[in-house]
Amino acid sequence: MLFQAPTLADLNLAYTWPVVSLALGATLLLLADLFVPKDRKEITAWLAIAGLVVSFVLNLGVYSVTDVAFFGMFRADTFSAFLNMVALLAAFIGILISVDYLKRTGLERGEFYALILFTTSGIMLMGHANDLVVVFVALELLSIPLYILSALRYPDPKSEESGMKYLVLGAFASAFFVFGSALIYGATGTTGLPAIFDALQSGAVAANGSETLLLIGTALVLVGLGFKVAAVPFHMWTPDVYEGAPTPVTAFMSVGAKVGGFAALLRILLVALPALTINGGEAAAWQTTVALIAAATLILGNFVAIVQTNIKRLLAYSSIAHAGYIMMAVAAAGATGRGDQAAQAALVYLMAYMFTNLGAFAIAVAIERDDGTGTEVDRFVGLGRSKPVLAAIMAVFMLSLTGIPLTAGFMGKWLVFQATIESGLVWLAVLGVLTSVVSAYYYVGIIVRMYLQDGEGDPAAGATSYVHWAVYVTFAGTLLLGIFPFLVTNLAGPVALALAR
Amino acid sequence: MALESFAPITALLVISFLVALLILFISRIFGPQRPSSRKAAPYESGMKPIGPAVRRLPVQFYLVAVLFILFDIEVIFFLPWAVIFRELAVYGLITMGIFTLILTVGLIYEWKSGALEWE
Repeated sequence: MLFQAPTLADLNLAYTWPVVSLALGATLLLLADLFVPKDRKEITAWLAIAGLVVSFVLNLGVYSVTDVAFFGMFRADTFSAFLNMVALLAAFIGILISVDYLKRTGLERGEFYALILFTTSGIMLMGHANDLVVVFVALELLSIPLYILSALRYPDPKSEESGMKYLVLGAFASAFFVFGSALIYGATGTTGLPAIFDALQSGAVAANGSETLLLIGTALVLVGLGFKVAAVPFHMWTPDVYEGAPTPVTAFMSVGAKVGGFAALLRILLVALPALTINGGEAAAWQTTVALIAAATLILGNFVAIVQTNIKRLLAYSSIAHAGYIMMAVAAAGATGRGDQAAQAALVYLMAYMFTNLGAFAIAVAIERDDGTGTEVDRFVGLGRSKPVLAAIMAVFMLSLTGIPLTAGFMGKWLVFQATIESGLVWLAVLGVLTSVVSAYYYVGIIVRMYLQDGEGDPAAGATSYVHWAVYVTFAGTLLLGIFPFLVTNLAGPVALALAR
Repeated sequence: MALESFAPITALLVISFLVALLILFISRIFGPQRPSSRKAAPYESGMKPIGPAVRRLPVQFYLVAVLFILFDIEVIFFLPWAVIFRELAVYGLITMGIFTLILTVGLIYEWKSGALEWE
């Protein structure tokens, strides 16, 4: 007998059910869809939503659990449970805005919904991963379906360009991540996040002189995940990919990939590397780097968004800017003892961003023409008269993205700025406030077009009942989070990442 | 290092070499020899070996190749499992069952969506 075979009881499978059930659901959906007639793909959409609901309920069942599964490679805690909720809601809203859009643009395929579920299970696994190898598997599970989805409108050259660019650059990002993981493994002799922390604490890394190796590994992991969340200077792909992909895919991608990327980033940096310092400094060694990335992302995202004339490109640059705000929280987490508060701020921000951004994209879907054109910003002119309800809600979304009080965006920014200031990065918080003022220019510009400019009202061909429902759900989420923030802040805490071992 | 433990591997090497020779030899003696220009041309997995690099090519071939890799990997995972099948017991059986199930779903999907039809 060479070794003791594990039994199923050792795996703690119960904690993995939210993710596993969704992946299983996606697999079954792939089969079930083969028997759904071509003109009734709505059935597949509803089956997909049923899968999301099952996963959501299972996730509530393990919400307060803090434990590991799969021999410590998989971790279930409040952090991952909250992110699961964000990912599942994003997938639900994403499917709602897709159903009629796919039908009227002739892209309807049952695989679409299965791919959305696969991506969502990848996003959820990113939050659960407690080992660099699992992070990599989750990263691929998240990315590969998105590559396919962004090229869904083939043979349209823009969509093909989108899929191709995303595939090539995503592969680069994965390569950076894997190389970084390999160097971290070389320096610490392990890929488990808590074990890496122990290797650092016990002085084993310093003893064999591999601190530089660990620093380089950390930098490469940062590059890999920076690509995924579209942080400057790894943002180049974002506008082209977002513009070329079908709009509901862009909507889901802009939220999902960020949720997954930041989940893994926070867990790796806070669980494994909080004690990584240079020359015995106070804060973690990666703090300055992350703060500079955040600053560059804020400035570039917000300033370049001003000159955009296409709503999809505008929202792409806006999503880069928002990645900057979440990066601020990551930088704040680098200060000693501030990790959990900053992580909580990032979670709330991700939730707020999910509702608001998906809502804004839902309205972009509503005004898009059947042939996939008509996403220019000027198409919003006169919307306040032709579609008063949609226009009013769009105005709220724009205010929320700016960060005006009583909206979700305000609460997210409030918590992030607070965490940043308390971590001593006052200059970064000031920059965040100033760039928010800049962002008001292009967000309010949409409101001005809808209400104050003369022009023909847009027919808004895509404003079907499904899209309306998506808009109402995101609108309710935006207001709820803005007016009763404690509902969500209670759910998002206590985050105990830094102590999590 | 006990060299004797390599004896089975050496025997396998020698036998496989001999069998390969034998097959070549038998087909040379008994097989009909009717060479044509196409038969004599070098074989490059379904592609024409000489010509410009950018041209139309039979995409079905690549589809089959991709599907082949899928089941190739399956065998690669099955072999080590077979070696320690007894030690892994029920745990291994269930794990490999899940693995096979996922692959089977893939097979049914590609079959039903027409990927196995040549035209």
